[in-house]
Amino acid sequence: MLDLSVSLAPDLRCKNPILTASGTFGYGLEFAPYGDLASLGGMVVKGLSLKPRKGNPAPRIAECACGMLNAIGLQNDGVEAFLKHTLPRLPWRETAVMTNLYATAPEEFAALADILSAEEGVAALEINVSCPNVREGGIAFGQDPVMAASVTRAVKQAARNTPVIVKLSPNVTDITRIAKAVEDAGADALTCINTLSAMGVDVKTRKALLANVIGGLSGPAVKPVALRCVWQVSRAVTIPVIGVGGIASVEDVLEFILVGAHAVQAGTMNFSRPDFAFRLAEELPAACMRLGIDDLAAFRSSLQV
Amino acid sequence: MLASHFVELTVLDLIPFGRESTPQTFALHLSPPPWKNYTPGQFVMLRPASWGSEFPWARPFSISRAGEIDLVCFIQVAGRGTARLAGLKAGDAVHVWGPLGNGFVVEADSPTLLLAGGVGIAPFIGYAQKHPKPRNVSMLFGHRAPLDCYPVDSMNERIELNSMQENEPADLDRFIAALRARMEEYAGKSGLALACGPLAFLRTVQQLAAQTGLRTQLSLESRMACGVGACLGCVATTTDAWPVPGKTHWPVQTCNHGPVFWANHVLLD
Repeated sequence: MLDLSVSLAPDLRCKNPILTASGTFGYGLEFAPYGDLASLGGMVVKGLSLKPRKGNPAPRIAECACGMLNAIGLQNDGVEAFLKHTLPRLPWRETAVMTNLYATAPEEFAALADILSAEEGVAALEINVSCPNVREGGIAFGQDPVMAASVTRAVKQAARNTPVIVKLSPNVTDITRIAKAVEDAGADALTCINTLSAMGVDVKTRKALLANVIGGLSGPAVKPVALRCVWQVSRAVTIPVIGVGGIASVEDVLEFILVGAHAVQAGTMNFSRPDFAFRLAEELPAACMRLGIDDLAAFRSSLQV
Repeated sequence: MLASHFVELTVLDLIPFGRESTPQTFALHLSPPPWKNYTPGQFVMLRPASWGSEFPWARPFSISRAGEIDLVCFIQVAGRGTARLAGLKAGDAVHVWGPLGNGFVVEADSPTLLLAGGVGIAPFIGYAQKHPKPRNVSMLFGHRAPLDCYPVDSMNERIELNSMQENEPADLDRFIAALRARMEEYAGKSGLALACGPLAFLRTVQQLAAQTGLRTQLSLESRMACGVGACLGCVATTTDAWPVPGKTHWPVQTCNHGPVFWANHVLLD
């Protein structure tokens, strides 16, 4: 039996490399009717902030060719509601439940990290320094190596032994500069990539498709960008990279691993069919066998150039 | 709440309505789902198995019928996705998940007024069929396309149905006047109104519900990506009357908190 388990940090071992991307899998429970959450390597739940957030006005989403735009604006019920009502219902002993953190200042990120890292059920903290849909922060942290590093340090110091993952934005000139800066600041792993800054319009109504005008592009359309980012980042850092962006099949999973990813996150395609991530986990062993892959670690970064 | 399932069903038939060469409304008959029970007003997400990445989203549709024979959705072509669905052929595979969301209330002994606008008639096909005392149910149906574009025949047999076609602007005023008259009548007999249709229509019904005091439910239509409450794309904003403490004036998903809401519980922006 092929060993698909993967270590993303000293205290973070996943049974397989299939995770779900923050914002595309709710808090996990929404998908429980469609598969066994415990069969996943892990899940990154919808971004959490210290206080509840209403998010952006509607319309918040729009379909486009091979993808979608979103400007949800990080609507969430706040960290306390998650810990009280949701986490106890998740199978966190069987699968890695990772929380995605959103804040507008390093101190707030640290406060979130302090609260979440005290929870046995939280396997890792993923820092959202790259959400393009909120005005007051996010993107600024993700686009500036110094800011990104300061947030990483603040979270790392507050996070006890809980691994810290930084989710990077592709909306930068050189993603490896940010990657190296947050690695130096103590990040245990990196997630590449968040959505691409984008917009859509309607010539009949002369309105933007999103109330926020600008949103994030995700889905199969962004996969080539994500592959490029994972390829560049995994060669620039020594910490594990989690690949995300437009994965639509188990072959796509292997493409990300081939260019250097330790694990992947299924994202937008979770919306196309709610059993999507479960199917990836189920299909991965057979796909490896078909392609003659008997050791995922050896296959990783084996791209011939 | 009934458990939701993901299944691959097969197209049994696609029946176009109306006489246009390119029908704009059709009934999609799929092979029977593993679930037999649902509440009218609930919906399913449909996505043909052949759709690749170009259309990443499934599309939400009210359930018009579900049982041992088939699953039926009544669909109007409204955009690129529904235009593609109109081309489905018998034998094609379709991914389906549902039943989703909350349906309409059924009160056997309450005089119940169904208010449908256009393709908003879809959930009422099942409602009329399943209601234990159909003599207590009547419908006011406003539509733009000719009446034969809609599946009214099966409903005529079960419930009283009045239809009004909009051919010119003055027809809209007449329809709104009829809505007001019927809602006042049902308010007077402590009845119930259930509405489904375009946003402008729902806004009118919502205003009339507030003015007449008639207990009214609205089925909202919204752009949805997932249908299961995860994407947070389909939100509506709650009012002071929303029953969950701390969640008034808060965005809630139309898919799993609706699509049927009490008219005084949500804002229709």
